[in-house]
Amino acid sequence: MTNTTILMAEDNPNDEELTLRALRKYNVSNEVVVVRDGQEALDYLFCAGEYASRSANVQPQVILLDINLPKVNGLEVLKRIRADKRTRTLPVVMLTSSAEERDRFAAYENHANSYIRKPVDFDQFTEAVRHLGLYWLVLNQPPPAPRSGNGR
Amino acid sequence: MRTPRTTIRRKLILAIMLTSTTALALAGTALTIHEVTSLRALLARELATRAAILAANSTAALAFQNPEDASQVLAGLRTDPSIVAAALYDARGGVFATYPMGASAPLVPAAAGAMGNRLERASLLVSRPVMEGNRRLGSLFLRSDLRALDERVRAQVMAILVAVLGSMGVALALSAWLQGGIAQPVRILAETAKAVLDRKDYSVRARAVSDDELGVLAEGFNDMLAEIQRRDAELEQRVADRTAALEASNKELEAFSYSVSHDLRAPLRAIDGFSKALLEDCGDKLDQVGTKHLDRVRTATRQMGQLIDDLLNLARISRAELRRERFDLGAVGKEIAAELKRAQPEREGVQFVIAEGMTVVADTQLLRVVLDNLLRNAWKFTAKHPTARIELGQHRDNGHRVFFVTDDGAGFDMAHANLLFAPFQRLHRQSDFEGTGVGLATVQRIIHRHGGQLWADGAVERGASFSFTLSEVKS
Ligand SMILES: Nc1ncnc2c1ncn2[C@@H]1O[C@H](COP(=O)(O)OP(=O)(O)O)[C@@H](O)[C@H]1O
Ligand SMILES: [Mg+2]
Repeated sequence: MTNTTILMAEDNPNDEELTLRALRKYNVSNEVVVVRDGQEALDYLFCAGEYASRSANVQPQVILLDINLPKVNGLEVLKRIRADKRTRTLPVVMLTSSAEERDRFAAYENHANSYIRKPVDFDQFTEAVRHLGLYWLVLNQPPPAPRSGNGR
Repeated sequence: MRTPRTTIRRKLILAIMLTSTTALALAGTALTIHEVTSLRALLARELATRAAILAANSTAALAFQNPEDASQVLAGLRTDPSIVAAALYDARGGVFATYPMGASAPLVPAAAGAMGNRLERASLLVSRPVMEGNRRLGSLFLRSDLRALDERVRAQVMAILVAVLGSMGVALALSAWLQGGIAQPVRILAETAKAVLDRKDYSVRARAVSDDELGVLAEGFNDMLAEIQRRDAELEQRVADRTAALEASNKELEAFSYSVSHDLRAPLRAIDGFSKALLEDCGDKLDQVGTKHLDRVRTATRQMGQLIDDLLNLARISRAELRRERFDLGAVGKEIAAELKRAQPEREGVQFVIAEGMTVVADTQLLRVVLDNLLRNAWKFTAKHPTARIELGQHRDNGHRVFFVTDDGAGFDMAHANLLFAPFQRLHRQSDFEGTGVGLATVQRIIHRHGGQLWADGAVERGASFSFTLSEVKS
């Protein structure tokens, strides 16, 4: 089943802190799991490495994915999420510094659900996070959990 | 390559024929004249001889006053059909005997005339004295018909004419054969040149044709082709090198601006974010001065963020490929005007005047950046006036369309107008009007990329006007 966890892949501790701060400010009480590189994000989603004991049936409600991640970059992580039927339907929001056209294009080409550019202005940034939380955690109906095992 | 109207072959034959025909005609004429004169001389000599013989034969008849004998002697002329008449005169000049018998004037003179030869129409007339020893017995007159001579002359001229025509025929045949030696190599050379042009193939070579100037020409032509080929290769290599270098530097620039957009913005976000956090979390420990300082930090941070964005935009615009399409500049202008009004609805005193029918063929996205910058500037620099008029329009100048954005705001001092389009150059203080000074540099780059020109007019507190052209592309 889907829970209300937010998975945040972000290697910059400042951005991490600011995002968490903004989420708290708008009383988003969901659990936020922070992973600091692309490999860790994949380990979490596919229950490998240090997350081997996690149940793959429980997946985050939304994934906030930076592009510039160490080890495995965000676009590659997105590709692997979309390639695996266990994670294929998860909402993924690209949250990045890049305004490059080709990054935006690559993100949508790999079926990102949304693309948000982190503004320098903290007020704008919190505003963006507020919208994000409101939309993905409250308004948006997540996909039903993929059924495994029986029949179809 | 066009095909020539006349060929060298024809010209050569013409030249040879003209020369040989002229020579033959001159020779023929000279020959004819010579023939006629010598025939006449011959005839005169013959006649003189005959007259001398006749005169000698008639001395007896005259001496003995025997006209019958004289007539007999003259009748001997029958054997020569060219002699049509003759007469003997006695010592006093009276007619003594005639041939044919009874002939009179005008065939023969009624009395003896002057001695010697005379031409009279188609006749040669000969008069000579008849002498015996030193005594003059009378005179003899002979009229010879020249028509026979004419006949001979005509035959002669005919023969010459035939010879000339025959020679011309031979000359024609010879020239047709000889011209091959010149015209053929020239033709081969011309065909080679045409082949090179048609196929754009510089590896074609002219065949070695002859061992004369034309051969040298062909060789020179081949050398020229080789040189062109060599230069082509060199040029291609150079273009390839430059392209590679350009691509490399483009990549570098791209990587650079990519990391600028990522890595430069992240710390700024932290500075701004934590300043805000400081204000929120520790606001109670800060006095007014501290709060003000932090506000300054945040303002500066945001400015720098804007600067980075503007710069990246400028770099992107230099790289972006132009995608021209047909659209109405006015429609885009209206959208931007609406956007500006929506963002600051309190500025009711601003009136936008946007012309209709400004269809252009240009890159829509880039022209939107142009209009956005110009209209936003106009909007910004009229902010201190209670009312303002901002116009986007066009007019024709020398057949070129000129588009303009004019306002009646703060304006600027024309003395510094040359700085307007340089990045980071501003003519107003940050405290009066905020900005980064990159906008007009961006506008200029876009206009130049469209092959157009951009210029500005203005006066302090009298407004500003920015005009630009676009190279007109038909589509
Ligand atoms: N409409 C205008 N009226 C007066 N001055 C202008 C106008 N547009 C541009 N300028 C002058 O040109 C400068 C450069 O413009 P721009 O490159 O757009 O920078 P910015 O708008 O960020 O200041 C401005 O700072 C201003 O001094
Ligand atoms: Mg500007």
